[in-house]
Amino acid sequence: MKLCLVVDDSKVIRKVARRILEELNFEIEEAVDGQDALDACDRNLPDVVLLDWNMPVMDGLEFLKAIRAKDGIEQPVVVFCTTENDMSHIRTAIEAGANEYIMKPFDREIIEAKFTQVGLI
Amino acid sequence: MKNQDFEFLAGLLKDKSGLMLTPDKVYLLESRLTPLARKRGLDTLDALVMKLRTSRDDSLIKDVTEAMTTNESFFFRDNTPFDIFKNHVLPAMEKARTTKRLRIWCAAASTGQEPYSLAILLKEQWAKWQNWNIEIVGTDICTQVLEKAKAGAYSQFEVQRGLPIQMLIKYFKQEGDVWRINDDIKNMVKYRPFNLLDSFGMLGSFDVIYCRNVLIYFDQPTKKDVLERMSNTLAKDGTLFLGAAETVLGITDTLRPVRGQRGMYVPSGGNAEELMGLK
Ligand SMILES: C[S@@+](CC[C@H](N)C(=O)[O-])C[C@H]1O[C@@H](n2cnc3c(N)ncnc32)[C@H](O)[C@@H]1O
Repeated sequence: MKLCLVVDDSKVIRKVARRILEELNFEIEEAVDGQDALDACDRNLPDVVLLDWNMPVMDGLEFLKAIRAKDGIEQPVVVFCTTENDMSHIRTAIEAGANEYIMKPFDREIIEAKFTQVGLI
Repeated sequence: MKNQDFEFLAGLLKDKSGLMLTPDKVYLLESRLTPLARKRGLDTLDALVMKLRTSRDDSLIKDVTEAMTTNESFFFRDNTPFDIFKNHVLPAMEKARTTKRLRIWCAAASTGQEPYSLAILLKEQWAKWQNWNIEIVGTDICTQVLEKAKAGAYSQFEVQRGLPIQMLIKYFKQEGDVWRINDDIKNMVKYRPFNLLDSFGMLGSFDVIYCRNVLIYFDQPTKKDVLERMSNTLAKDGTLFLGAAETVLGITDTLRPVRGQRGMYVPSGGNAEELMGLK
């Protein structure tokens, strides 16, 4: 079973994502911001991170840059999942090393399509 | 709905578009035609049926036919038929077509995602193809979906089903809520209304045909007729792609599946496997 770290400051979003991803056979861990996510990665490196952008403490982009800067780890696939839906945010995310990008609102179909594209399903 | 009204509508639709409706689909008639009746200033579906029975209103018949089509589509649907196109069909055609001419037909193009997916794959290796004469023809019975296809404008939801983000960045522009496909991709596809029940004569012959997720709506004799006429318009070393729930098996032996390649069919006589390095 693949491990997916769901990073979002909204409990509701984490719950929805968890339900969809569990149905797709992922094991789920949750984090509430970028720093929390980095800590989670230190404890237990996930296969994939589903990553919100705007969060307190440390935002998604900062998390992405921090994790991509780490040497000697198996880099997880990172899929942004955010309400930021303009081209400049998308470009910024991809240039910083995101593998895919989901614009909220999302549903099961979009998650499944995007996770298939990056080869996780 | 009265039984004889159902029979009447089912007969009309079968005749006009090949759509086969079984009595368990009455709800579909009701949910799709009631709004149309209202739009036409008719109070009920019964009134619409009455109008259809008593007058030969071609524009009403057309609206009814179009309203009953199912137009769902998405970019790179099912992936495999597009992987095969990229990895096997294109390299084979590159070698085989010394005329540098390639004709591709999307026979149920709907809102354009399928022909545009193929155009994008060609664009991704444009150095190879820029001196070629490549035609991608997208046809559909439903003029309304073709308008959308021509506009090449998709919602946020639509561009997230099947389209990799890199391709969204490369080939689309954002216009408010809408994502519009770039002109150089748009200009690679020509759309025109066409009913698969009509003669293919005017279309010419094709190297590749995508006819996906439309035969499922037809009965067996109609499937056979369409497939056999398609095999006549397909080059001897051409390829036909059908939808995941469709096949030629048990319907016609003018075409055969290619082993191990889901959704891929070739003329029965040919040696596609050898040409395409699939042995
Ligand atoms: C479900 S869509 C398939 C779209 C695309 N090929 C795909 O697989 O994603 C089916 C399309 O077939 C079209 N169609 C139905 N009957 C047809 C006919 N007799 N001739 C041409 N197109 C037809 C419908 O209008 C509809 O847009």
